[in-house]
Amino acid sequence: MEKYKVKIGLEMHCEISKTKTKVFSSAKNEYSEIPNSNIRPVDMAFPGILPVVNKEAVRMALMTSMALNCKQPEYMYFERKNYYYPDLPKGFQLTQETKPIPVGIYGKVTFECNGEEKEVRINNLHLEEDAASLDHYDDFSTIDYNRAGVPLLELVTEPDIESADEAVAFLEHMRSVYQYLDISEADSKLGQVRCDVNVSIMDSSLDDTDPQNWGTKIEIKNVNSFGGVRDAINYEIKRQTKLKQNGQYDEMEQQTRRWDEESGTTIYMRSKVDAIDYKYFVEPNIPKFKISQEWLEEIKKSIPRLAYDRKKEYMEKYGLSDYDASILVKQKDNADYFEETINLGCDAKQVANWTNGMILSYLNSEEISIKDFFLTPKLLKELIDLITSKTISSKQGKEVFAKTLEKKKTPKEIVKEEGMMQITDTNEIESIIDEVIKENPEQVSSYDPERPKILDYFIGQIMKKTRGKANPATASKIMKEKLDKLKQ
Amino acid sequence: MKYMHKSIEELHELLVSGKVTSEELIRESLELSHQVQDKYNAFVTILDDAKETKVTDSLLSGIPCGLKDNYSTKDILSTGSSNTLKDYVPFFDATAVAKLKEAGAVFTNKTVLDEFGMGGTGTTGHTGNVLNPWDRTRMCAGSSSGSACAVAAGVYPYATGSDTGDSIRKPAAYCGIVGYKPTYGMISRYGLFPFASSLDHLGTLTRNVRDAAIVVDAMKGIDKNDMTSWDSSHIHLKDNLTLDVKGKKLCYIKEICDINNYQNPTEELKEHLANFNKTLEICKSLGMKVEEVSVDKTLLNASPSVYVVISCAEATSNMSNLTGIIFGPRGEGDNYIEMMKDHRTKGFSPLIKRRFVIGSYVLQSQNQERYFRNAQRVRRLLVDTWKNLYKKYDAVILPVGSGPAKKIDGSKDILSKDTAILEEHLQIGNFGGFPSITIPNGFVSNLPVGINITGNCYDDQNVLNIAYALENAMDYKNQIAKED
Repeated sequence: MEKYKVKIGLEMHCEISKTKTKVFSSAKNEYSEIPNSNIRPVDMAFPGILPVVNKEAVRMALMTSMALNCKQPEYMYFERKNYYYPDLPKGFQLTQETKPIPVGIYGKVTFECNGEEKEVRINNLHLEEDAASLDHYDDFSTIDYNRAGVPLLELVTEPDIESADEAVAFLEHMRSVYQYLDISEADSKLGQVRCDVNVSIMDSSLDDTDPQNWGTKIEIKNVNSFGGVRDAINYEIKRQTKLKQNGQYDEMEQQTRRWDEESGTTIYMRSKVDAIDYKYFVEPNIPKFKISQEWLEEIKKSIPRLAYDRKKEYMEKYGLSDYDASILVKQKDNADYFEETINLGCDAKQVANWTNGMILSYLNSEEISIKDFFLTPKLLKELIDLITSKTISSKQGKEVFAKTLEKKKTPKEIVKEEGMMQITDTNEIESIIDEVIKENPEQVSSYDPERPKILDYFIGQIMKKTRGKANPATASKIMKEKLDKLKQ
Repeated sequence: MKYMHKSIEELHELLVSGKVTSEELIRESLELSHQVQDKYNAFVTILDDAKETKVTDSLLSGIPCGLKDNYSTKDILSTGSSNTLKDYVPFFDATAVAKLKEAGAVFTNKTVLDEFGMGGTGTTGHTGNVLNPWDRTRMCAGSSSGSACAVAAGVYPYATGSDTGDSIRKPAAYCGIVGYKPTYGMISRYGLFPFASSLDHLGTLTRNVRDAAIVVDAMKGIDKNDMTSWDSSHIHLKDNLTLDVKGKKLCYIKEICDINNYQNPTEELKEHLANFNKTLEICKSLGMKVEEVSVDKTLLNASPSVYVVISCAEATSNMSNLTGIIFGPRGEGDNYIEMMKDHRTKGFSPLIKRRFVIGSYVLQSQNQERYFRNAQRVRRLLVDTWKNLYKKYDAVILPVGSGPAKKIDGSKDILSKDTAILEEHLQIGNFGGFPSITIPNGFVSNLPVGINITGNCYDDQNVLNIAYALENAMDYKNQIAKED
């Protein structure tokens, strides 16, 4: 047993990218290269502006709350978090504290880490507004308000995570949830996901159900990539372990640190005693509004099955490998495509092979989504059926796949146009064989049933006559029978 | 003064019949603006290039008016009477301004207020003191000081105001005119520079109740930019005015109105309360029932503190956007913190800074329960008390202030403990978002005094009708201020 146990809690901020407008403003919620192009007076806090809640953002927040198995509030409130910073035009951020209750409290999430099932309790989920973005230069700074007011979901976990791997697996799980719910791309490269990480270590021998034993909480602010989360946690574990070993751990005060990507270290920012008093109070310009049971039901119904559940089902019900199932559920649209094709009556493994193989590589090289893919589930079924019925060989299947996409015709049409129909009719094959026998008396007479190597020559002739359409197995079987008969 | 002393409907008739043009009215209003500015310092900006508007069916079309300078006006300097916004020209109109424009109103000036509405004296604006047009040594009260002064002086028939504690209704009383704030959310607050969002109301100052109804009819309406606004399209205040108030029930509060509540009352206070009682007799003569009710004095006395705590808390947060970074004069300093500090240190008057300190203090996590949350609880108790009265009565009728306008010297915005509730009870109208109107009801020491009628939320019509009938039964309608 390890000497120390690690306690990790995450605060994951994810921008909602799928609403048309910002969370309290009618400005477009859209990434733009042109600074200060998606803004309204509200986003720059001109005197007299008022916030107006975007119902769609609230819907998405409630949906996430349900997906995290949280409890939803009866009334919706927003609160002001007051502090001065140049990226915060109003001088306060509209957010939700825990009193009155935010969009979600006390949930739990089951996810997978290295093949193992893990569970994390969610303390709360709240809806808030993003700040503007700042760029600092040598002697001046610029402010871009495009991001100011973009809806942001912050989820806060309990410190149930025990390793960097687990933390990253949880974040990946959540990214998938946001993508499946069609709330956000949750792309950290676009700055849509940002994390604060809380790390402490405790002696393994102590009772870890008692928060007293959890050690000194160190908060690491603004970790902006999953890789950064992993590195920051590992660094912090090492740092804290060293302090323990040197007997300096107990001197360490509760503090906020910052992850410095360049040096790969965490740097002291402020002590807990210097914590900012945000002077929270309920935003008076947004009347509290009741969340109706009907609305909640409606939202609940619209939640799709999530990746975690689908993967389990694909493996258990369809016998897919972990690898195949993982690839399928990576994107909801692909998983939907897979399921739709299966529901048309296709074999799951075949559909998985096609989807994860030819189809994915085609989509990747063409850079299109499966939603815009010409080969619909119906057409994929047609193609698979052609192969299963041996109308075409599986090798021909790949050709038909390519031509279907190239010519934008159905697989059946392609097979017909290209004359690819395999000849499986034994009568037809027999008459061709008779022709071949008649035309090659010498080779027929040299045939030795003990050494039927010459058979390949005859098959070659049959293929030549049928331009490869004869089913080779059938042709070979009949040819052999006929030659054997002649030798008797 | 040829026209500007007239009522809105009289002016409208003159315009429609072609006896006067919008341009002539504007010219007169501008001329008067300059005179009033010289005498009483009522304006931040006089809009000398104001353009006439087409005369239509709209009663306000072609007629000049004034806007309080905390109304955001597109392309027109809007300062909130604060140095922090001394150069701020907005690029959007407040919803109420847009609505007045739609109605064809012409703006001839922007009026001085106590800085951001945070004061009741008319002496804290960045352009200096506003003087009372009845007596230059006295204040107009505030914060809609310039608006009240100008309407009373006859610059135009109406000006807009805003009211967080009594900022429309107190200056109206001190200037001998009508001040009306409708139910919270009836007029959109979008584009009004906020003081305390949960208490802020827009409204108007006029010289008669009918004009107040006409102006609010034009300003009101649900607004997609203000979530606290509500649909009042079924309400037509002016059209439903009636002088028939027989059977209406009014109450007044003993703990406020009885002279015996006050130790060593001044002659003015005695006169004021006696005059109030005379007005009650007029109410009775109109067929209304008037009854005295009693309200827990401890609760009443808590009102001013509740107001200070809530309004200062909201204000300190609301005004955190004033950093001089996006708008307003940029402060000096080596970094943003110093720049903000410099801007705010130079920009705000000492009174406002004091209020920010209070607001910040009561919101601090260790104090919030004791001050801010308790203030909210007491606010609720006061509102519930008033709502209970409305179960039995159509409105509460009370005297405004402890007498006529106070002298500017020695005002200092400090309250005498004794008469605090008399001076401050109008706040309860803001706590509850109640419709509330002040009308002049006489003179004390040759200076006008007022009476206030406050009703239940959404019951604006009832409140206006009571005021309308009472005004009709007294002699102070349409009075223009005159200095002796």
